[in-house]
Amino acid sequence: MRRKSKSKFQLPSKYMLMILTLICGIMIYVSFTMNLSGGPLNTAAGYVFIPMQKGINYIGLWISDKADNLNDLKDVMKENQQLKSQVDELTSELNTIKLEQYELDNLRELLELDQKYPSYKKAAAHVIGKDSGNWFSIFTIDKGSKDGIEVDMNVIAGSGLVGIVTDVGPNYAKVRTIIDDLSKTSGMLLTTSDRCIIHGDLQEMNSNQNILFTDLKDSDDKAEIGDPVVTSHISDKYLQGILIGYINTLEVDSNNLTKSGTLTPAVDFEHISEVLVVLDKKETGKED
Amino acid sequence: MKRKITVILIVIICFLLQTTLFQTLSIASISPNLLIIVTASFGFMRGKKEGLLTGFLGGLFIDVFYGGTLGFYAMIYMYMGYINGFFRKIFFPEDIKLPIILITASDFICNLFVYFFQFLFRGRFSFGYYMIHIIIPELVYTILATVFLYFILLKINQKLELSERKRSARKFV
Repeated sequence: MRRKSKSKFQLPSKYMLMILTLICGIMIYVSFTMNLSGGPLNTAAGYVFIPMQKGINYIGLWISDKADNLNDLKDVMKENQQLKSQVDELTSELNTIKLEQYELDNLRELLELDQKYPSYKKAAAHVIGKDSGNWFSIFTIDKGSKDGIEVDMNVIAGSGLVGIVTDVGPNYAKVRTIIDDLSKTSGMLLTTSDRCIIHGDLQEMNSNQNILFTDLKDSDDKAEIGDPVVTSHISDKYLQGILIGYINTLEVDSNNLTKSGTLTPAVDFEHISEVLVVLDKKETGKED
Repeated sequence: MKRKITVILIVIICFLLQTTLFQTLSIASISPNLLIIVTASFGFMRGKKEGLLTGFLGGLFIDVFYGGTLGFYAMIYMYMGYINGFFRKIFFPEDIKLPIILITASDFICNLFVYFFQFLFRGRFSFGYYMIHIIIPELVYTILATVFLYFILLKINQKLELSERKRSARKFV
């Protein structure tokens, strides 16, 4: 008898489509207006997926490692011959480079890039999954609110800025990178303290591995290619002085007041596997 | 019941593979779209209703973990599954041409929607660039993945249909 009554309640697919469309519409509206994402869904999904993602990710890395090894072997044979002839050439170049290296070390010390942010508290995390599509550059890490991660915390890798935490579940967090097409960061030239806006751009990133910057107010005309750009003091989400990248190209805008161009990011975004989350958040004077 | 659990498991496995393994093995930072293959396949193999539910589930996973607005991908994938359901009448399991055409079209339309709502609305007008560098490579890669994944899905579906037919036959005896 039960089976019979169950089959009576079959909802036609038209109505199901309408109902689910309505649900989607409401969800889109709610997440737009209230800036709310997931909530209980985050928690539930986090417990189902994160352990599995962690496991698979290790396997994936292992496989790509093995694939790389095979490719390497072939390349090595070919390269070996080429390299032998290059050795002589390079020995002579080495002397000049040693001199330049000495100069570079001196300059780095002057800039004190490494000394800029040692005092922040940081937590290390593994990257466990990347955005499923090819349009955006978002990844998830294996630390969440249980480890003290909060929304708007800065994420760095090595010495450069990676992105910002945009969403947190109990055991994972979503990070939007600075190369993502939706990202905007307020930056500052370390040499002249002039500010600029840094945009992630899919097109520029795909073709040249660069990100864009605009609105650089360089009134003294001192900015040069190769200058380091860090996060600025007026940014309301990014801590001051984290290295973003180095200027790659520089152009004067048509208004003759500002400059724009491209930056080479300091972080290798193709091969991020471990990141540091800065646990200190920027004080903006606003109360939560 | 058995069918529901299997479909949910397939969606979960494909989502996990897509976000981890295939991102690591991506060629020129482009990876295939496994979820659209699953959604479209269940659409034309099983009809509108199952297609739309599969799509909704897969899209919701993307929204929760990687989406900006909740419900955006769920809606697109749901409609893809529903539309593929119309082709059930002309679907024959042995013929791979129709599935490939349908999956290709679904992936293409899906990406067009993403471009339209997430990029065009923000003033990114160079459609030609995105077409050549994102949409077409993903299409090619997805077709390659289809060749393998489609037959696995087909086998699973045939197994499920066989066990369902056995059960319903038993009911009448």
